[in-house]
Amino acid sequence: MTAPLAFDVVLGVLLLGVGLAAVLARDQFAAITLFIVYGLFVAIAWVRLDAVDVALAEAAIGAGLSGVLLLRAAGHLGHRHEIATSPSDDSLWRRLGTATLCAALAGMLALLSLSLPDEIAGLREAVDAGSAETGLRNPVTAVLLDFRGYDTLLETVVLFAALIGVWSLTPDQVWGGRPGLKEHARPDGVLASFGRLLPPIGLMIGVYLVWTGADEPGGAFQAGTVLAAVWMLAIMAGLADAPPVSRVRLRLAVVVGPLLFVAVAVVGILVGGFLVIPTAHTKTIILAIETGLTLSIAATLALLVMGRPRRPA
Amino acid sequence: MTAPALYGLCGAALVGIGLYGLLAGASALRRILGFNVVGSGIFLYFGSLAARHPTLAVDPVPQAMIITGIVVALAGTALAVAIAIRLHDETAPARPPGEAEDRDACDPR
Repeated sequence: MTAPLAFDVVLGVLLLGVGLAAVLARDQFAAITLFIVYGLFVAIAWVRLDAVDVALAEAAIGAGLSGVLLLRAAGHLGHRHEIATSPSDDSLWRRLGTATLCAALAGMLALLSLSLPDEIAGLREAVDAGSAETGLRNPVTAVLLDFRGYDTLLETVVLFAALIGVWSLTPDQVWGGRPGLKEHARPDGVLASFGRLLPPIGLMIGVYLVWTGADEPGGAFQAGTVLAAVWMLAIMAGLADAPPVSRVRLRLAVVVGPLLFVAVAVVGILVGGFLVIPTAHTKTIILAIETGLTLSIAATLALLVMGRPRRPA
Repeated sequence: MTAPALYGLCGAALVGIGLYGLLAGASALRRILGFNVVGSGIFLYFGSLAARHPTLAVDPVPQAMIITGIVVALAGTALAVAIAIRLHDETAPARPPGEAEDRDACDPR
């Protein structure tokens, strides 16, 4: 066995072990912590598959933001208040049956993947031919914003719809108020120190990721997540307060990306069709869309993690 | 066995593991966690297919779709968590005295 393959085998075993432990852990807090570790292992697996864009997204969103979201929820719900979804069907037989069916499904998927031929060419060559015309050197960005622009447009709409869903769970008394509770951090504590130290670095990484996204791994989603993390860190460290969701500037930030995207899509009708971006200016236009999207994604992701308003503005 | 094939098998196993968590989880949060494990398993399974060709570089189309999927999964997770918290707030029994000045002290309800 070669050294890289040995690494893959070890990583695969860790991935399955930590994933299983996260699902089976008795303690809710332990389960979520294991899930965050699991997300980081998944990100490393994506690097091993040569999919650095996906690795960045997985580390930032899958492990980071999902982890914060679940930890905040666990803190709010508390251990004793776990919502029991299945009080009566805890019998051993039922759990064994469920486990057997899940294992059977996994086995079928495994057999299916082994039976596929190794030489799947995919769409790599078609994308390369298209990217050469557009001047984007990162093929993933070309697919996300040019060839399959519909996906990305609808994805921002999904994020927006989820935010509306979360906000609409607000009780009437606090509608338009601020999400979460006022955070307090000891001024000389670790959280406050990191809250002062990390945001400038995070801002720089976020801006770099969106700027480099056209040519190298990176882009609006990865950059937006980093910026969302910077904002939440500042709030958690008590340096800034969560904004009231009725604030107009905040709502503008949430919609500016999708609106810019729709505007470009509509203008495209003049040059050829809905969402058609003129080849000569692809890179400029895509950078503009990405910049708007980054702002919207950062605001929307942070607001999704902060949850519905809980106190008056 | 090649690395992509190996990660494809991992993805298949993770779908099974996550589905068990989704079906048999003891609380809403545990089920949401299971849902996320299923998602990353499916992504890994799909992504391993994009990296199978021995000479060509990784296919970017599945990568772009997986990034979209990761973001949509977070949107679903956030909505599910918000519903679970609202459900908890509506149905949780009143807390015993002494625990009153808890995290929810400034919640108007």
